[in-house]
Amino acid sequence: MRGDTAESPTAPAAEQSRANWAEDAVAEHAGAEHLTREELVLERIERARRRKARVKEPRITMSHGAGGKASRTLTEAIFLDAFSNPVLEELEDAASLTVGGAQLAFSTDSFVVSPLFFPGGNIGDLAINGTVNDLAMTGARPLFLSAGFILEEGFPVEDLRRIVASMAAAAAAAGVTVVTGDTKVVQRGKGDGCYINTAGVGVLEREVSLRASGVRPGDAVLVSGPIGEHGVTILLARGELDIEADLDSDTAPLNELAAVLLDAVPGVRMMRDATRGGVATILNEIAVAAQVSVVVDESAVPMLPVVTGACELLGIDPLYVACEGRFVTVVDSEQAEAALAALRGHPLGAGAAIIGRIKDDPPGLVLLKTSFGGTRIVDLLVGDPLPRIC
Amino acid sequence: MRFVDEFRDADKALALSAKISELCEPGRHYKFMEVCGGHTHTIYKHGLEDYLPDSVQLVHGPGCPVCVIPMGRVDDAIAIAEEPDVIMTSFGDMMRVPGGRGSFFDSNAAGADIRMVYSPLDALKIAQANPAKRVVFMAIGFETTAPSTAMTVLRAEAMGLENFSLFCNHVTIIPAIKAILDSPDLRLDGFVGPGHVSTVIGCRPYEFIARDHGKPLVCAGFEPLDILQSVYMLMLQLHEGRSEVENQYSRVVPWDGNPKALEVIARTMQLRPYFEWRGLGFISHSALQMRPEYARFDAERIFDVPGVRVADPKACQCGEVLKGVLKPWECKVFGTACTPETPIGTCMVSSEGACAAYYNFGRFSRERVKSATRTVDIELSPAPS
Repeated sequence: MRGDTAESPTAPAAEQSRANWAEDAVAEHAGAEHLTREELVLERIERARRRKARVKEPRITMSHGAGGKASRTLTEAIFLDAFSNPVLEELEDAASLTVGGAQLAFSTDSFVVSPLFFPGGNIGDLAINGTVNDLAMTGARPLFLSAGFILEEGFPVEDLRRIVASMAAAAAAAGVTVVTGDTKVVQRGKGDGCYINTAGVGVLEREVSLRASGVRPGDAVLVSGPIGEHGVTILLARGELDIEADLDSDTAPLNELAAVLLDAVPGVRMMRDATRGGVATILNEIAVAAQVSVVVDESAVPMLPVVTGACELLGIDPLYVACEGRFVTVVDSEQAEAALAALRGHPLGAGAAIIGRIKDDPPGLVLLKTSFGGTRIVDLLVGDPLPRIC
Repeated sequence: MRFVDEFRDADKALALSAKISELCEPGRHYKFMEVCGGHTHTIYKHGLEDYLPDSVQLVHGPGCPVCVIPMGRVDDAIAIAEEPDVIMTSFGDMMRVPGGRGSFFDSNAAGADIRMVYSPLDALKIAQANPAKRVVFMAIGFETTAPSTAMTVLRAEAMGLENFSLFCNHVTIIPAIKAILDSPDLRLDGFVGPGHVSTVIGCRPYEFIARDHGKPLVCAGFEPLDILQSVYMLMLQLHEGRSEVENQYSRVVPWDGNPKALEVIARTMQLRPYFEWRGLGFISHSALQMRPEYARFDAERIFDVPGVRVADPKACQCGEVLKGVLKPWECKVFGTACTPETPIGTCMVSSEGACAAYYNFGRFSRERVKSATRTVDIELSPAPS
């Protein structure tokens, strides 16, 4: 049925490379012979995925900020390539540094959430909690934060006051001090009200090495509470969907909960807060970093009915929806129950649950046992269903 | 969750699975096509194939609205979007579909104003809010979405909006099924019929499939148990030597369809003499365009649309995948040059596309996965109260 095609008219030279994108993509993979057996095809895909990351797009698209595959490619191909060093290459939420005998954790995070105010919080407490959590996930005690503001001409001072008041309250709650800062103002139309960057330093006082590559087959996977509340709250707060629900963002500082867990359980392998890209993204990072498979039981993943319902309506998989006050942790299987009890003993961990296990095969993949009783993989997210979530 | 959990009950699935296995005749292989991409998505998302015996195979059909849009139409839409003062609106699925020169996403990054909407009525709101702009809605889909597009035009007319138009790419399902039936490459035992299309057109239009082609068809719902039950109903028909159109999705699909929806489509749209389908080529009377009375809402008449046919990339085998001749992974570029992040073919773009569903949800050897999920049963802790 194909064939007899009228080719498009000759494009100008500048357009030519754009027009040849498909042929170029195929040529790049020309070495790969076509294999017919399914298993061999799967291996071939894994080889293609292990190739050096390269940003193919000529311009930044929204998916570069979505926390999924494109974000990872951008990080590896642009930033890691230029800044290459052993600390950065760990790609953990915070860098671990030794300075004058002290073990420090150092991290930074920027916030562009829209809308600025939403049920359960605003960009201010989000900006404090985000960096506090990045530090806490390495096992560090967060101490000092910086705050940088990019404000748009015309932005109401009253709104700024509210944001900063929330930041002060969040900092007090987390036991950190904002010790330095910066303000820039851009012309009207060149920003969207208020963007915030925070950076933070914490001290590592524990003899723990928490990293995704440290998980082992047999370990248990836990989440510290019901997932997806922040993402769904933001989506509904935009008011574009005509859906109303009684739901608040889960934004919260996790340093205390993390400390409770580490105190109770020596066998904690890693912790990571499930922000952009959600729990699924963290699980994929674990599978790849440790070359293990992560097997998750869908029916064990805690979720509020309102989140399930909203995701069902919108066709979004809640496993990819951002949280701002939940983390994923992997612990020695012997200590799984102790970890669960420790988490549930703290108000922020009351909804914690064991959601899965680490296995050895197939390496690098996250597998989901669906509530329906089937199995499927859970891949890294492509594209961006919810831009500007934090 | 009510109205969802009931249709995802693992015990009921096991019972149906056993009944399907009982109906399998030794040595016989069964091949059913699920016409609709929504079904393909459900099958992979819930791991439904785990419940089917090896001798029962599901092949994926052409019913994915995004997958069948040819590259030339994407280029046309981008050409419209790049006209001065235009805001193009589209469903999210469309954003990454590659044309001959990139996708909506690329065009957006290069300066066009292309916005994602959840409903064509959202496009109307954008038109109202931006009277100085010309707002175009990229209308895609089968008979399922055509009524909402038609209603949008009627609403725009009633509101007297002058800055709103549609780029109409609606297609119709029956000609596509005919093309599949006439294709010599494929031997099917029956069809899992498209549920949502049938809410509009009903079950009657499929009768020729059972009568003239001797293939049973069961209109199916979109929850995993719906599909499993439909497969059972197809197996039962074959077992009893029947070839009929049956309605599994009777809680939603009326036998005669939705006359009101059909009426608004007929009032605003008419059949095109022919339309190009990605991978399937030109099919007569297979798509809809705006009626001349509604020309002022027809972007194809308002804008200078190039209308150039762009050949599919040579390596792309979307056509074979859409016809069910190839399994997604059998395509030469599957997973290497063509991935969800850099798709070459449309089947890799939409969440309803067979390749994307297979890549995202099913890309592994079933045996290894089964052993991974079978051997360690996760000890569940009681849910917190």
